[in-house]
Amino acid sequence: MALTLEHLMLVSIAVGLAIITGVPIGVAITQNQRAADLVLYVASVIITIPSIALFGLMIPILSVIGQGIGYLPAIIAVLLYSQLPIIRNTYTAINNVDPALREAARGIGMTPMQRLKMVEIPLAVPVIMAGVRTAVVMNIGVMAIATYIGAGGLGTYIQRGISQTDPRQLIIGAVAVSLLAIIADYALLWVQKKFTPKGMKVMG
Amino acid sequence: MIRLDNLTKIFDTPDGTITAADHISMEVPAGEICVLLGPSGCGKTTTLKMINRIIPATSGRVFIDGQDTTAMDTVDLRRNIGYVIQQIGLFPNMTIEENISVVPRLLGWQPERYKARAKELLDMVALDPATFLKRYPNELSGGQQQRVGVIRALAADPPVMLMDEPFGAIDPINREVIQDEFLKMQAELNKTIMFVSHDIDEAVKMGDKIAIFRTGKLEQYASPDDILAHPASDFIAGFVGSDRTLKRLQLVTAAQVMGPVPTFVTPQQSLSEALAIMERFEHRSITLANERREPIGIITRDIAWNHQGLCGEHYEGLHGIARQSDDLRTVVAQMFTADSSWLPVVDASGRLVGDITQRGITHHLGATYRAKG
Repeated sequence: MALTLEHLMLVSIAVGLAIITGVPIGVAITQNQRAADLVLYVASVIITIPSIALFGLMIPILSVIGQGIGYLPAIIAVLLYSQLPIIRNTYTAINNVDPALREAARGIGMTPMQRLKMVEIPLAVPVIMAGVRTAVVMNIGVMAIATYIGAGGLGTYIQRGISQTDPRQLIIGAVAVSLLAIIADYALLWVQKKFTPKGMKVMG
Repeated sequence: MIRLDNLTKIFDTPDGTITAADHISMEVPAGEICVLLGPSGCGKTTTLKMINRIIPATSGRVFIDGQDTTAMDTVDLRRNIGYVIQQIGLFPNMTIEENISVVPRLLGWQPERYKARAKELLDMVALDPATFLKRYPNELSGGQQQRVGVIRALAADPPVMLMDEPFGAIDPINREVIQDEFLKMQAELNKTIMFVSHDIDEAVKMGDKIAIFRTGKLEQYASPDDILAHPASDFIAGFVGSDRTLKRLQLVTAAQVMGPVPTFVTPQQSLSEALAIMERFEHRSITLANERREPIGIITRDIAWNHQGLCGEHYEGLHGIARQSDDLRTVVAQMFTADSSWLPVVDASGRLVGDITQRGITHHLGATYRAKG
């Protein structure tokens, strides 16, 4: 149980930080097509790096501040992996706001910031939340691997199961990680619906 | 008042430059509706959107109520211009109340004030505030949404409104209703309105003036009657249609064409008197009116020849009746339906004030053509 909580905490902190960074980046790049291409390209490259390799890369770098292994590299890895779904969904959602609504908002005399705050972001929230869900579910798996760099979490069972050739621990770990991912997905789906502006529900 | 001074828009495209609006100069007097009309790509929408800078002008100036807007802040400018677009553009994440009060909120009104305003505006378009304030746009029909779109533009009571094919997406039946409602509102509000349309019938109905555009140029700017009677070019004549004279029918009211109060008979007069009058004026029939001068029937020569006695005892029902305020299209339709060459005209209280004949109508419509030579 403690391991599950630890696992969840790590993923939450990392994805939470990813939302704080990814959403503003996603919004910002809607203003510039070339910046958008570049950012999305970099985020895509990052997501293709295998997690084990990423952890390995971070050990020498973070060792400089004495954090080569443990929570910090695990959180940074998840933070990086979460950027793509969150940035891409934010960018797509804002870009896909009906041009007529954007024109109405301009014609009414909203400043660009007011347009974002009153119209574009509220309309984009469901899609942004879908990106957050993807990030969370994906990274619950990544976090299991972070056990190997001493981050703890449910991966501990899996690691022990493998090193002690104990299938029971291995299965417990694997099932727990999967269940956690499924539960988190449903919980976030509920949150996503909660955040969807009322007037948009009928449209699905 | 809106005045455009050499307003020009040149777009740079990969295939070279396109002049979407070419030195447009015109003036819409305060309280009038000016319809910008023309085929697609003629520059009417570009011209409209340069006024609130949705499309930035390449050169030229826009004056609103005498003030040059060039130096004004774009956001301030737009908040003082009502803007209605064809796609309506209600914000789906806001309730109807929030949608209507967007501009007042941006302008920093107090909540009591903008809430009261939202109610007042919904009442004005006959949507019950109790039902609609808290609804979301997707719970409304297209016609209801368009009404909300119009009152949202009116919320902060701007002196000037820009409407880009505001009723284009509504089915024909509802469009008529909303047009009538809008004209009724405008009669009270007296806004200065620029209105883009591609529909000549809508333009004739809504416009105090019509501006016809073609390939970025203003071809003719005149009253609907002038445009229909004297199109400035073959292009305009073609655009307004070969039945343009018929379209003019709806611009003229019965009061403008009717003759003076015709001779009529009362129920107490004898049929032989009626016959004498008809023969004197060479009429084939005569109106029978009661003591309050309300027409109740007609006496034809046939009746007068073949019967004896009082008019009140032998008469036919009215073939039709025109009100002073009816437009000629309605009057002519009645004449055709009743196979009648004339109709009595009554005022609002139902009293006989004149008569209208097919001859009178053709004469009136023909007069402007003859005057032109």
